[in-house]
Amino acid sequence: MLAFLVRRLLGAAVILLIISAVTFLLFFAVPGNEVAALSCGKSCTPPVVAEIRADLGLDHPVWQQYLTYLGGIFAGRAIGDNACHAPCLGYSFVNKQPVWDTVVGRLPVTVSLAIGATVLFLVFGVGLGMLAALRKGKLADKVSMVFALLGGSMQIYVLAPFFLYIFVYSSDLLPRPTYVSFFDSPVDWVKGLLLPWVCLAIIFIALYARLTRSSMVDVLNEDYIRTVRAKGLTTSQVYVKHAFRGAMSPVVTILGLDIASLFAGAIITEQSFGLVGVGQLAVNSVLASDLPMMMGVVLLAATAVVIANIVVDVVYAAIDPRIKVA
Amino acid sequence: MPEPLLSVRDLKVRFSTDDGVVKAVDGLSFDLPRGRTLGIVGESGSGKSVSSLAILGLHGPEHSEVSGEILFEGENLVGARENTLRKLRGKRISMIFQDPLTSLSPYYTIGEQIAETYRKHTGANRKQAKRRAVEMLAKVGIPRPERRVDDYPHQFSGGMRQRAMIAIALCCDPDLLIADEPTTALDVTVQAQILDLLRELRSEFDTGIILITHDMGVVAQMADEVLVMYAGRCVERGTVREVLKTPQHPYSWGLLSSIPHLTGDVDVPLVPVRGTPPSLIDLPPGCPFQPRCDFSARVPGDRCTTERPSLLPETGHASACHLSTSDKTLIFTDEIRPAAGLTGRP
Repeated sequence: MLAFLVRRLLGAAVILLIISAVTFLLFFAVPGNEVAALSCGKSCTPPVVAEIRADLGLDHPVWQQYLTYLGGIFAGRAIGDNACHAPCLGYSFVNKQPVWDTVVGRLPVTVSLAIGATVLFLVFGVGLGMLAALRKGKLADKVSMVFALLGGSMQIYVLAPFFLYIFVYSSDLLPRPTYVSFFDSPVDWVKGLLLPWVCLAIIFIALYARLTRSSMVDVLNEDYIRTVRAKGLTTSQVYVKHAFRGAMSPVVTILGLDIASLFAGAIITEQSFGLVGVGQLAVNSVLASDLPMMMGVVLLAATAVVIANIVVDVVYAAIDPRIKVA
Repeated sequence: MPEPLLSVRDLKVRFSTDDGVVKAVDGLSFDLPRGRTLGIVGESGSGKSVSSLAILGLHGPEHSEVSGEILFEGENLVGARENTLRKLRGKRISMIFQDPLTSLSPYYTIGEQIAETYRKHTGANRKQAKRRAVEMLAKVGIPRPERRVDDYPHQFSGGMRQRAMIAIALCCDPDLLIADEPTTALDVTVQAQILDLLRELRSEFDTGIILITHDMGVVAQMADEVLVMYAGRCVERGTVREVLKTPQHPYSWGLLSSIPHLTGDVDVPLVPVRGTPPSLIDLPPGCPFQPRCDFSARVPGDRCTTERPSLLPETGHASACHLSTSDKTLIFTDEIRPAAGLTGRP
């Protein structure tokens, strides 16, 4: 297992390197991205532009710029007169702050959103799927799948205003969605994020319910389930101890990727509820052509996905002894 | 005469499908005395596996309908409560299946799977159960059982996996073992070992065995009595000697004639039973084997197409065929036996 982890981490490093190189090229080396001009915004005069060009090293060859950028990530670098401590992802063109600091500052909101939504859709999605599989063909199955379909057909920007109207504006049941740190007040943390959690979860529940259902149905047809029944085990023992384990592999795969994308920022959800997270940061930085910030967000997303993949592989090996993690 | 261990009377299993009702088993009756081995032979689709799953009540009630009587030590299992059946499964009646790789859970070790059955039925703790698992693995001939008990099924070879399945089935000392094609997925040398193992265990545990197979050789080696099934019905029943040496049904003749010879000319073509098994949805009113039978012309009138033959006589060597007993004996002695090269005195 250790050898596996080391290999995968090295592989992850290579992938991230490649992603950073490609992103860097896309942003900084594609003609049309007049970096210097973008950076200085409205108060652009030739001397200012020249200064920026020098600060950012834009006159150097692209590969050198990239290496400087990479070096900055590991060891920090100086941009103009400012010291940019490691990991240095540059300075935002918009707020002139280090990208890293801004992104990290937004992370707790996004992570909170991700955790809450994941717990909800896992519990209810998998639960609904199991119910449907166990009552296959009966009313409970059909009703569950209809709910799932409805949920999956919803769009967040439709659900969000609707929920806000019902639960916040016209009834005072919940406060306006806002982020309160868990460490400050767990109750308020939940109350502030409950509505976005539910909205987000409804969409995912559809996917997990259908996936769990079909996975369970497949597993229940396997020969070893028949053997387990022939040994005299009760129905719940058959389902919980044996069928569930086999059915979870596909769910785990999708879960890893979904968590990764949630950590990278649930963009529409954050916009719909006015939450200041990484997703909103991504949107704003694109709208403002804030290249360093965009790069920072992209790299964060890539890292989340890569790590999620590794974790999924490890969990796989833990679930299924046939998989050798060698 | 002591009551038989298992007594099946007029067992019928029907499945409802989109195309109609499939009569997978259509009136099966037999007795199994204690400690004896019954071989059930037949083609795919003859109803052999379906009837054995019905004994344990393993057909899902949503699509299947089981009627008739299955008396296990006097208690009727048809329509019995699930709770009752569960207490029997794995403890008094065990079953082993054809493909040991897919029939064992890949997620738990062999030891855990044996222990699971043992703990379920005896309430033993983990240590006791594990000891029993090691003991059973030793009994089924797995070397170094104390090491292998922690291995997963995919780490075992095919023959060893089947031995492990047998270990699971016998760990609670069942009175009846149903073996559904236990050697079909194994190669011939391993097959011989497994059959040897079953023979040893049979005498040690005094278990009754129902051995389902399509291989006459396996029946010849293992069975005391034989049941030949066709289209969900029993077409011949008798001791293994009677059925294999002096068969009385055209289907049995066909089965025996189709066995390739070890001696003689290699170029002689194999003689299959011509035709294909009937649809179990639209069974003909008469004898289900009639379309494939070469001898129905020797029955006067059109009884073969209009009248379903009963399994007669009630006891002893019986066959479900309209041919007279003397005809059957004559045809076999004069025509079938020489052509098939079946030597040896009856």
